[in-house]
Amino acid sequence: MGVLEIMRFAVRGLLANKLRSGLTTLGILIGVAAVILLVAVGQGASQSIQQNIQRLGANTLTVMQSFAGGGGRGGGFGPGPVQAEAGQAPAGPRTQAKRLSLADARALADTASAPSIKSVSPVVTAASQAAAYAGGSHTIQQLVGTYPSYFEASNKPVDKGTYFFNDDVLAARKVIVIGRTVADELFGQVDPLGKQVSVAGVPFTVVGVLKETGSTGFQDADDIAVAPLPAVQQSLTGFGPLDQIIVQARSAEAVDAAQSEVTGVLDQRHGIAAGATADYRILNQAALQETVGAAVGTFTVLLGAVAAISLLVGGIGITNIMLVTVTERTREIGIRKAIGAPRGAILGQFLAEATMLSLFGGVLGVIVGVAGGSLTIAGIEPVVVPASIVLALAVSVAIGLFFGSYPANRAAKLRPIEALRHE
Amino acid sequence: MTGPVSGPMTGPVSGPVSGTASGTASGTASGTAPDRAGGEVPVLDVREVTKVYGAGEARVRALAGVSFTVRRGDFVAIMGASGSGKSTLMNILGCLDIPTSGRYLVDGTDVVALDDRQQAMLRNQKIGFVFQSFNLIPRMTALANVELPLAYGGVAAGVRRARALAALEQVGLADRVRHEPNELSGGQQQRVAVARALVTAPSLLLADEPTGNLDTASTADVLRILDRLNAGGRTIVLITHEDDVAAHARRVIRLVDGHIVEDRRQAPVDGPPPRPAGSTG
Repeated sequence: MGVLEIMRFAVRGLLANKLRSGLTTLGILIGVAAVILLVAVGQGASQSIQQNIQRLGANTLTVMQSFAGGGGRGGGFGPGPVQAEAGQAPAGPRTQAKRLSLADARALADTASAPSIKSVSPVVTAASQAAAYAGGSHTIQQLVGTYPSYFEASNKPVDKGTYFFNDDVLAARKVIVIGRTVADELFGQVDPLGKQVSVAGVPFTVVGVLKETGSTGFQDADDIAVAPLPAVQQSLTGFGPLDQIIVQARSAEAVDAAQSEVTGVLDQRHGIAAGATADYRILNQAALQETVGAAVGTFTVLLGAVAAISLLVGGIGITNIMLVTVTERTREIGIRKAIGAPRGAILGQFLAEATMLSLFGGVLGVIVGVAGGSLTIAGIEPVVVPASIVLALAVSVAIGLFFGSYPANRAAKLRPIEALRHE
Repeated sequence: MTGPVSGPMTGPVSGPVSGTASGTASGTASGTAPDRAGGEVPVLDVREVTKVYGAGEARVRALAGVSFTVRRGDFVAIMGASGSGKSTLMNILGCLDIPTSGRYLVDGTDVVALDDRQQAMLRNQKIGFVFQSFNLIPRMTALANVELPLAYGGVAAGVRRARALAALEQVGLADRVRHEPNELSGGQQQRVAVARALVTAPSLLLADEPTGNLDTASTADVLRILDRLNAGGRTIVLITHEDDVAAHARRVIRLVDGHIVEDRRQAPVDGPPPRPAGSTG
């Protein structure tokens, strides 16, 4: 009695009841597809979040004003729309709190007191600035006034044209580097380089276009313009406090050292005693990435667990169907035994039936899961994890063997006469 | 008709069975078979077999010590009223059930001493069983049903098909091989079952009221096939409660309450059958 022969019997047994076999297969299919798809969605979410964080710049620390109980500023990754008009303190900051100043930034740039710091970019932001060019207009979501080092620190390479330079900063030249969205909205097909745009009535010359970073969900990261710090202060925000200081560490390993150096320098300058609450806060990209990564990992495990339960339920469906099948075909088992089927052949047939059900369902589930993984689900592009395919398939086959073995054993152990008498 | 069948049948089957097949060949010449006389191992040797069902108050003694032997080439009818224990005896002979006590030898092999696997092999190779209710496997063609014992016996697919077709031809169903049981009449189904029972060239063909569910014409068909098989040397034991059917047998054993009360020979084992093959009785 060959293995192939047993397989043929099993296939025949399954085909004898197509609807039932189909529905059982469906149970496993859903389970396997759910495992693959949910893990893929989790992975996709994780990767997109990691990318978003990465996009903010590598090895960087963002120093921001801290508002005890203020809650005015967005606490997320990067500056939210901030009102930052000169001298006008938003409600909430502590009275004695010092705001971030250009002097703070200069102090941080001192390599003697902060050797781990590679560059320091003071940042002021002006939100929702109307820009106009040749009759067209566009509201730039975020206008950043900063130093040239900002481009590297915040991971914003230029696609066309150039950055602005230290000279431009010193001279407070009205030059501007615009994001892809701004370029498309204002210029369309026209080459924006060298053109003048008027931002809030002030003319700026476009010197570069940033590389497209892609949308990060709600906020369009390409709807941005970057200009020299004094130019922005002069024309738009006034010479008030800084919104952020972006500090880039020399290497990934130096980020923590840089953070303690920043803390040391600023504590001293702001007169904050050890242990007291600081009037600034430091956002560490690496730490953030780690935290978010852990959170997303938990989320993926949770999704996977839900999917695993559905796979288990599918497995119980197989047991159920195999039990019914064995009961229903007890007479047939009796006949087979009466004409000399050894126990192994009966056991093999029913095990093969169960395994085929689960394997077939598993393979279909993989197909559905992978196909579903190529779609965008709720704004997330799932990333199919090969390990999840292997695992789901292996588990589905194991389920077939495990859950099929009980009914199959019961069938095989029957005495021929008992089986034959069964009606 | 047995001629073309015995050829492919003898090959893969073990020793004692091929003996039967050679018997088949000489048996067609009818009567002249001195080599089958005494001294040989009987096909069936039943010794003091008892079977008790239930326990205590509900204890039923279905067989109360039955002993008999069946020689190769014999055609035995076991008769008895319902409840006489004849079906119980048949199930034990077919290795479908085990006796409570006593010994039972097929071709000299003690069945009770065999393990599960060996019993399955014995059922497969030495015994062909025909049931009253046909017991074909539904949703399988006649051919597939007949091939099934060969499949379990490990016969290669090509040989299997040839032998199954030959067996079906022998029972006159060569034109029905692709039909499933529910497309066949009762008589045809029973003939498929007979083909399935003899496709392995077993030492012993057991038939449990093979005509019990059949009309007169189909009964005649099946009996004619059994007569012919016996005339060809096949050993047959059948159960019946009809005298008409029993009249085809060379020997009649009558059971009452689990005892043998009569063991009558109607025709010699080596001699011509009690009724010529083909007679409808």
